[in-house]
Amino acid sequence: MSDTPTDDGPPRSPDGAMGPDSFHVGEPTHILGQANEGKIDGVAKITGSAVFTDDIRLPRMAHAKLLRSPHPHARILSIDTRRALEMPGVLAVMTGEDLPTRHGAIPIAQDETALAIGKVRYVGEPVVCIAATTEEVARAATRTIRVVYEPLDAVLTVEDALDPTMPVIHEQGKRPSNTTRRVHQHFGDVDQGFAEADCIHEAVYQYPGSTHVPLEAHAAVAEPLPEGRLKLWTSTQNPHYVHKTVSHVLGMDETDVRIIKPDVGAGYGGKCETFVTDLCASWLALKLDRPVKCALEREEVFYAHRGRHPTRMRVKMGMKNDGRITAIDFEAIANGGAYASYGVVTAFYLGVFLTLPYTVNNVRFTTMRMYTNLPPCGPKRGHGALQPRFAIESHIDKMAELIGMDPAQLRRTQMITAPATTVNELHVPSCGLDSCLEEALLASGYAARRGRLPTGRGLGLAASVYMCGALHGVYRDDLPHSGVQLQIVRSGRVTIFSGTADIGQGSNQMLAGIVAERLGITPKLCRVIEGDSDLCPVDLGSYSSRVTFMAGNAAIDAADKIRAVIAQAVAPSLGAVPAALEFRNETVSAAGRSVSWKEAVRIAEAAVGTLGSTGSYRPPKAHRSFRRNPIGPSPAYSFTAAVAEVDVDIESGIVAVDRVWCAHDLGRVLNPTIAEGQIEGCVYMGVGEAILEEQLYDQGQMQTPSILEYKVPTVYDTPTIEAILVESHDPGGPFGAKEVGEGPQLAIVPAIANAIHDAIGVRLDHPPFTPEKVLRALQGRPIAVPDMPSLTPKPR
Amino acid sequence: MPCIELTINGERIAETVPDHHSLLDFLREDLGLTGSKHGCDMGDCGACTVMVDDRPQLSCITLAALCDGSDVQTVEGVGRHDALHPVQAALHRHVGAQCGYCTPGIVMRLAALLKVDPSPTDDAIFSALGANICRCTGYTKILAAAREIVDTWSNHSDGGFA
Repeated sequence: MSDTPTDDGPPRSPDGAMGPDSFHVGEPTHILGQANEGKIDGVAKITGSAVFTDDIRLPRMAHAKLLRSPHPHARILSIDTRRALEMPGVLAVMTGEDLPTRHGAIPIAQDETALAIGKVRYVGEPVVCIAATTEEVARAATRTIRVVYEPLDAVLTVEDALDPTMPVIHEQGKRPSNTTRRVHQHFGDVDQGFAEADCIHEAVYQYPGSTHVPLEAHAAVAEPLPEGRLKLWTSTQNPHYVHKTVSHVLGMDETDVRIIKPDVGAGYGGKCETFVTDLCASWLALKLDRPVKCALEREEVFYAHRGRHPTRMRVKMGMKNDGRITAIDFEAIANGGAYASYGVVTAFYLGVFLTLPYTVNNVRFTTMRMYTNLPPCGPKRGHGALQPRFAIESHIDKMAELIGMDPAQLRRTQMITAPATTVNELHVPSCGLDSCLEEALLASGYAARRGRLPTGRGLGLAASVYMCGALHGVYRDDLPHSGVQLQIVRSGRVTIFSGTADIGQGSNQMLAGIVAERLGITPKLCRVIEGDSDLCPVDLGSYSSRVTFMAGNAAIDAADKIRAVIAQAVAPSLGAVPAALEFRNETVSAAGRSVSWKEAVRIAEAAVGTLGSTGSYRPPKAHRSFRRNPIGPSPAYSFTAAVAEVDVDIESGIVAVDRVWCAHDLGRVLNPTIAEGQIEGCVYMGVGEAILEEQLYDQGQMQTPSILEYKVPTVYDTPTIEAILVESHDPGGPFGAKEVGEGPQLAIVPAIANAIHDAIGVRLDHPPFTPEKVLRALQGRPIAVPDMPSLTPKPR
Repeated sequence: MPCIELTINGERIAETVPDHHSLLDFLREDLGLTGSKHGCDMGDCGACTVMVDDRPQLSCITLAALCDGSDVQTVEGVGRHDALHPVQAALHRHVGAQCGYCTPGIVMRLAALLKVDPSPTDDAIFSALGANICRCTGYTKILAAAREIVDTWSNHSDGGFA
């Protein structure tokens, strides 16, 4: 790739990809791969000086509070705001009609407004927003609002949503129904596959709804700027999409809106969208011409939700006596709640990863994502792929028992070997699952211990796959998915500008590590400026486990370009050709002669002027012979094998997850400490979903809207976690790296389910594995999984 | 409104506060000490943990007015970037802070533990951390940091807090 821009723009490779000339796969590293080095923003976080959105205070800042719906489904007949407006300190009262433009995470499913208009669709839906001089006054004012509702029948279950006699939740559109999306795909010859099977088994599974519980609640601070422009600090994973949505809904040009992502108190998928906080703070700030903060309280975070879809699944699997899977027939129906969120994507993810990480050539699936009058579901770590992985990995263990085969050997015989293309045309460039499996088995002593532990104690295995970002962005265009800009000043300091959103996963350290590696400097010389739409090139955001793969490659691209410029300038003084120069230990050297990094920068700046570069990454085009898989194709896939050890108290039914060995193929280890932390977080979140977490509703009212009631694992509930890092050197990853932030979670719940079976001999197909479910199963009267409804559409 | 006098991070402070204001709001809104976090405002999560008279306290459910005469220490006072508290240094090295939102509470919880017991048992560490929720780390790196401090200090006769 040329170091200087040409009139033709960046070069394009035949497959449509854009990025660095070399991914440096397999090259030795000197900065990357170091353990226990902390991270670039670590000191700010341990000293309390990191600035989260709620920590921002501006002069004359007003505070906004929301009034929410007490009904799951009701017409809004009238809203009386007069008493609020008369209260001292109240500055403005906002209702749905003030900001009526529809928005949504996915362009084809824009079904939300900032505040409810005409009717409410879930308990907790925002209806009125009040700005006041203090938070206390704003909160008190919400209690003076009188809303008259006409309750409607509430659609609460997937059965309700399928029932053509029930009300339609979204009345707009040509053929209104309560189906957000139905996907049906068929590959190979499933009927022939079942005909060839020696053993066919069918079962229904129910995966519960759960939510992210980031410790930082969603918050936004909006500040009006001169000339009608707007600055918005927001707690988000996806500043770019918030930028587009806020501009669209407010009817502003994107150039007049600046989005800044401060430090974010994590997301796990829960902060992927534009929230009511963003839209109301922005509208009120512009109306009042003063800054406005809108920060959610903890209970409200449970209503904002966008978490795991409760999903019922039917798995029918055919198998030969040698363990080979001959066919999978799969159905899933997800209770999506009141708005689409990313639900269109969820419907695809429920089906497209069914065969991986195995070679299965006959598969058929129908998935449906339904609207109901519950808080909207959306993406949570392992989005949509996690529920079917629980069902499939549980099912595989059951069938291993039916045919009398070791579950590990069954998986071993048909795991995919890269490069490979699945029957639904997902291209897998690298796969280290074989090593993951062997390492997890070895570390846990699976072969010697499974089936031989005392009653109540057991081991279970599961494997999984995940993506490293999507080939297709949410918006269809030819633009890069990630951009990085470097500025190098004569002190030797390198500033990295990136539209990425570090929400705790460590992407800032990843960017600094990669740039430092390529320039041969310490990451401490790097500053990362990220998530600011006025300063940074676009990155699509922290979702789909895309950041290391895509932004990492953009960082290589930018670093290699400026490295070439510096090499060209410095080479004559070292008496060497530019390609021979080595950048290491803050020194540029060749053949025994060297200059310091700082001196090299000064030489280069004197030669060519101000030093800077840009880098981009756009993934290759998807395989196009099969046109119906817009969602699922990724430039690379990560793989996981996990073994869980449980201790089940047969008196109380309490399941304790004692240990989890989780081996994950992340392509290349860029930072072992941070990578282990991601695996440990995935195991933790999986354990929570396995034994504790479930969102329960009564007539549409959430039963657990607090951290105390919605039980998340404490240190006591969390197992000893052994994170095992496996490298497979993906040919298209930065230095060969792949994702590690989501994939490990997919294997955890089925590994625990399989371990419970090893411990007490019962099968639990309906997490969380509560004492009641365990005891009932032990007593031979298990709590049944509800029947699978027919997914054949019924006319209205 | 009562006027309270107290010491915060070694500084003598006299302020009037409304009866119903929490210590957390007092720290954040009146003093600009935003290191202590709102996680739940119900005492469920531990993100607001500070030390009051050397004991860990949930500042979101502590009335500021009741802290008259107290010695309060927050994450801003326990260490600085150039003089990190051993807990902070260990958490940094082990990347025990991912998003960092629970971290000030974890720092104060462990600092308070080590103040009363420079070589706590694993049970004591669990008992302390049991009051703090972290959704990022699975507590693994936090435990590693805590255990490293105990291991290091058990080899030093001064018990760490010299």
